[in-house]
Amino acid sequence: MTLTIEHLSKQFVKNGKENVEALLNISIDVRDEEFICILGPSGCGKTTLLRIIAGLDHPTSGRVVIDGTVIDSPNRKLGMIFQDYSLYPWRTVNENIAFGLELQGVPKEQRAAIVQKYLELTGLAEFGTSYPYELSGGMRQRVAVVRALAIDPKVLLMDEPFGALDAQTRNKLQYDLLDIWGKTKKTVLFVTHSVDEAVFLADRIIVLTPRPGMICETILIDLPRPRDRTSIEFAKFRRHVLDLINQPKCSLS
Amino acid sequence: MGFTKRGGSDEGLLHPHTLLKVILPLLIIIGWEMIAILLNNEFILPKLESVFAVLLSPTADILGYGNLITNAFTSLERVILGFLIAAGLAIPLGIGMARSDSMNDFFDSTMQLLRPIPPLAWVPLALAWFKIGLASMIFIIAIGAFFPILLNTLDGVKSVKRNWIESAELLGATRREVMLKVIVPGAAPTIWTGLRVGFGIAWMCVVAAEMMPGTNSGLGYLIMSSYNWGQVQVIIAGMIVIGLIGIGFDYLFKAVDRRSFSWRELER
Repeated sequence: MTLTIEHLSKQFVKNGKENVEALLNISIDVRDEEFICILGPSGCGKTTLLRIIAGLDHPTSGRVVIDGTVIDSPNRKLGMIFQDYSLYPWRTVNENIAFGLELQGVPKEQRAAIVQKYLELTGLAEFGTSYPYELSGGMRQRVAVVRALAIDPKVLLMDEPFGALDAQTRNKLQYDLLDIWGKTKKTVLFVTHSVDEAVFLADRIIVLTPRPGMICETILIDLPRPRDRTSIEFAKFRRHVLDLINQPKCSLS
Repeated sequence: MGFTKRGGSDEGLLHPHTLLKVILPLLIIIGWEMIAILLNNEFILPKLESVFAVLLSPTADILGYGNLITNAFTSLERVILGFLIAAGLAIPLGIGMARSDSMNDFFDSTMQLLRPIPPLAWVPLALAWFKIGLASMIFIIAIGAFFPILLNTLDGVKSVKRNWIESAELLGATRREVMLKVIVPGAAPTIWTGLRVGFGIAWMCVVAAEMMPGTNSGLGYLIMSSYNWGQVQVIIAGMIVIGLIGIGFDYLFKAVDRRSFSWRELER
């Protein structure tokens, strides 16, 4: 898998007149099986960046290329998990997870087998016949991740997926996500505004400036996993990232 | 359309809510019977037992106009026909208007203009266009049912979350699949509410439509004709049947809603 983001810029027309620059000249070479966190303050365009990579929005200039194909519409190689719950409330957990397979025309028995495999992989086995409204926020996001994984995309795009969860659940889901990532060998682009989350998850953190979003720093986190949030090394990295994002070139535009 | 706020399914017979609910109907019945006895004039207010006599023999012919049951079925057939035509037009139109700005721009002003016109205001036009008979009645009923179904469909489709649609697109759904597997099921509970309200209005319209000149069957026709013969007990019995059938259908619509669309309330 090769994914490259080449000189992406995005302008919005606000109220029919003003041009607002959301993203400016973003280039990222994503390595296969890499876990990248995109870190930036609210309104820096990180969600827009992810939506363009997913093919849901179009850039003003630049392009996204996956395995030689330019992305201009949603592509099954790229799965996305939204911050808000996007599960279908009229479908059970099983039916939600099977949805992508159903769209591909995978036969019923095969669908059930794949769903079962992922339910077990993520510890959701006993919730297969529950409806989303019967699950907690954390469980729902787990199901959303599994639904995206079920059609076996190459890349998972995650837009602050744990942003609405309490700290404990959030930590647990971060841990579980790394577990799933290790087992499924996906490439992950994970948008967050939490330094702690980025340092815990990422191989590489890309720091964006406030609007317009530009890349101001790229930080490699070469801490071995599992990472211990309370360790001195973790604290050092955390501090390093905080120092970098507080430089004038990252905090001012 | 329901006037009760609390669900009463798990309340006992002597529960305060149950008692409160039956007090007014009982008072009305007692008051009615007392006034009827005092007036002693069946042409103004018949006694309870005269009305019950009509209700308890629903297969007996009434003044040569047919019996309660056949007339009720005739009315029901007309309602269902008009209702299905209204639903068949309003649901696709509502989906189209909610999904396409140009369709909305094209239809919206006309719909806004037509919506406040009461179905009964269409009676003279219906008679002019379709003459006396089934087509006129179906037209009135369809107009009555059309707008609540249209408005609820619009609402329902607009309430479908963008996340739901985009998730489907990311999982490889075509436009058609997005429509059939996300938008329609996502809007279904609200569309169903529109159908329930639309059916209620259609039922009111049929009775009125059957009072149009030249009609010769149906509950509306039966009670209008009974008036001409001074048969007030038949009028009231007919009204009770109309009310009961209305409640019955409303209950059926609500039962389907509880069974299939409960996720709408449970989701947050």
